[in-house]
Amino acid sequence: MTRLPDFHAAKWDEPVIYEIGRQGARGQIFDAPEKRVADAVGTDLIPHAMSRKDTPDLPEITEFEAQRHFLHLSQMTLGMMGISLFGTCTMKYNSKAAEFATLRPELAEVHPFQHPDTLQGVLEIIHDFDGILQNLSGMDQFIFQAGGGADAAYTMATVARAYWADKGMLGQRTEMVTSVQAHPCNPATAAAAGFDVVNLPLEENGYPYLEALKAAVSEKTALIMINNPDDMGIYNPEIKEWTRIAKEAGALCFYDHANFNGVMGKLSARELGFDACMFMLHKTFGAPKAGGGPAVGAFGCTAQLAPYVPGPVVVKEGDSYILDEDRSKSTGKVREYWGNVPQVVKAYAWARAMGAEGINLASDISVVANNYMDKKLAEIPGLEISNPDNGAWRMEMTRWSLGPLTEETGVSTVHFANRMADYGIDPYWMSHEPWIVAEPFTPEAGELWSKEDIDTWIAVIAKIAKEARENPDMVKSAPHNQPVAQAKGDAFEDPAKWAMTWRAYQRKVIGDETKKGVA
Amino acid sequence: MRIGLVVNPVAGMGGAVGLKGTDGPGIVEEARSRGAVERAGPRTREALALLAARVPGAELIVAPGALGADWADGLALSFPPIEMPLLTGTARDTKTAVAAMGDVDLIVFTGGDGTARDVAGTAEGTPILGIPAGVKMHSGVFAVTPRAAGALIADLLNAPDRIRWRDAEIMDIDEVALRTGTISPRLYGMARTPTSGGLMQAAKGGPPPDAEGAVKGAAKSIAGAMEPDVLYIVGPGRSAGAVIAAAGHEPTLLGVDALLNGEVVARDATARDLHTLMDTHPVRVIVGVTGHQGFVLGRGNQQIDPDVLRRAGPDGLTIIASPEKLSSLAAPRLLVDTGDAALDAEFSGFHRVATGPGRMTMMRLSSE
Repeated sequence: MTRLPDFHAAKWDEPVIYEIGRQGARGQIFDAPEKRVADAVGTDLIPHAMSRKDTPDLPEITEFEAQRHFLHLSQMTLGMMGISLFGTCTMKYNSKAAEFATLRPELAEVHPFQHPDTLQGVLEIIHDFDGILQNLSGMDQFIFQAGGGADAAYTMATVARAYWADKGMLGQRTEMVTSVQAHPCNPATAAAAGFDVVNLPLEENGYPYLEALKAAVSEKTALIMINNPDDMGIYNPEIKEWTRIAKEAGALCFYDHANFNGVMGKLSARELGFDACMFMLHKTFGAPKAGGGPAVGAFGCTAQLAPYVPGPVVVKEGDSYILDEDRSKSTGKVREYWGNVPQVVKAYAWARAMGAEGINLASDISVVANNYMDKKLAEIPGLEISNPDNGAWRMEMTRWSLGPLTEETGVSTVHFANRMADYGIDPYWMSHEPWIVAEPFTPEAGELWSKEDIDTWIAVIAKIAKEARENPDMVKSAPHNQPVAQAKGDAFEDPAKWAMTWRAYQRKVIGDETKKGVA
Repeated sequence: MRIGLVVNPVAGMGGAVGLKGTDGPGIVEEARSRGAVERAGPRTREALALLAARVPGAELIVAPGALGADWADGLALSFPPIEMPLLTGTARDTKTAVAAMGDVDLIVFTGGDGTARDVAGTAEGTPILGIPAGVKMHSGVFAVTPRAAGALIADLLNAPDRIRWRDAEIMDIDEVALRTGTISPRLYGMARTPTSGGLMQAAKGGPPPDAEGAVKGAAKSIAGAMEPDVLYIVGPGRSAGAVIAAAGHEPTLLGVDALLNGEVVARDATARDLHTLMDTHPVRVIVGVTGHQGFVLGRGNQQIDPDVLRRAGPDGLTIIASPEKLSSLAAPRLLVDTGDAALDAEFSGFHRVATGPGRMTMMRLSSE
């Protein structure tokens, strides 16, 4: 019998960091330099024109107070170290060893504008990691400029645009074909790059008919963009036919490898017929995630498309590594410099620590764990697996529905997720838009969690399903063991209300018009 | 929220005994004599039982006797009696009951398309929701099952933030003609109806999709790509009408309009009007999709007859619908029923549906 967590979050009713502390408080106070040092440095260490005229508006607190404040915040937000079977995100432990590697001065103290001769170590890592990803995909060139998966999808859209423009066919090849279940970034980025989007609907087996693809592709198709497996956890066994049909129509084929975890080491994008693919280093390759910030979408392609990728590209010449910027057919940058290099180093550290066999095994474990989870979830009344008629094993995640439970009790998947936090379990991921199944949730068991962790997670799901029948109002008004009750989501839809920074808060909420900025 | 309930107790009785419906005098007796059993009442009770379990003590304004109260009897619901004249056993009862409810925010009815017409026609402007019990249910105001209707009413009372409101078609087929083998469905109007929208998650999500904006964007693309000297025949309904609006004109929502060189050359046109116009120009047809069933040809747009469709051909057919409407279809396909099997076959297969500016979805068209 799995023991349910008896949990209550801490509540620290304390102001935001800007409102605590006192004038003059500092983390560290240093003595003024000795005269000998001051004389040697001179008074113009920072040129006059470059030094700021005002003092920065920063919180003034001691180091101890800053540590305490952020510890309290993490205590109020489940700390990101709980059991979180958060599907589509491939939650992994971000090892301290990889973190320490990025703190070394060889990386922490370099700048991309340094002469490449002084950057050989980090360039070697980028070059070698490119090689590792080539081995996992069959592609000929990887770049790491994109700041996330969607940015890598956008890279593909711009590479396709540059490719067709170079062929003089951009006026004819105006369409991108994808499935309604592909990640929304695929249609969105193709549209942003100027392509019209053709969606294919899903059939009962969970993926579109080949006939739909055949009817959709034509001499107008510039590219297809597709996930496999998708977020239902269903692997489309006809994928080779897909690339064959698309290629026959002359289109480029892009493999969105966001859901790589269940197939890593098992297949090659190249062998399946794809011209390009992308990996998310902050998911599959063990580097940390952070909302739109230091993520990396590694974009890879065949030699045919390589001339069009954003530069610079790290190239090995003889014994040294250079930054090749002289690329006349390049689509141009999607982001500055060479990407979030510390993330690349962390992913490299992960891949080297795992090794080819370890990567292969992790993939097996993630699929086995997920199917164990599916079997246990199927025993809970009120839950329903997506596409129940598709008898194939699911891959590393599975889309489930709370539809029957919601109809019976009125408890929705949003209510359910809120209640999970009362057990110290991170609320699950529901689904990308559009919601194809009613009241969706998408767990992903992954290779990180122990069987005990997965059992605990399932026990919490079973308990909340029971609570929904016995006391639906209690579930609907959850969370009860958290410092903040239900947040009103409508603020996120109104740019006039949301405030991501202290400055924006002062302007939008307090009404201080002198505080400029966007967020 | 004040919710009224009226049941058409004989709805659906004709179906199982081959009578296509129960509209018209003498048909109910005929259905009974053929062994039909009442199904509207039990289906109403199914919906109400779920409502009572979810929202004990919920208050409804319920029509008397077999028109409502009989089916709520004994459930944990509160339904003060309403005053109305004696029952006549005809469609007049539905209308009288709706009138007797007074001011309500939503009328729940049990029946089919005929009942939907009666209810919407009497309480014009009031939102309606159908508990499905009819033989024909081409209108877009029906919940998928009686239990789903019960859950929706419970959400309306308990969690109104889960509800989205949309405009749906009120459609009906002339049953007298249908019994002789002729199908002539018509679009009678639009009614506001609730639908279970679900709550959206904030993380990784973004604002909910804007169905109306998507259709407007698609309509603008279609209108912008119109060619000179081509006759555009634009079908009834809000989505197709958005194309007329994008071209700068007021659409005839319930009828078919025709555009030529940016000008409206026919309003609420008949098949004969269209035949005359298409003599001199190439023809393209623009239609929407009926909610739930997903008809594109042969329901509510018979003016666009086989002759018009043969002239346009499958390549000359443009379909426009919001992604939301496509994803809420009972099955992932669209239906054609032109009355000409060979023509149906010609239009069958995958076809593009415009769902937004520069956005299309491939949908299978079939006649079954």
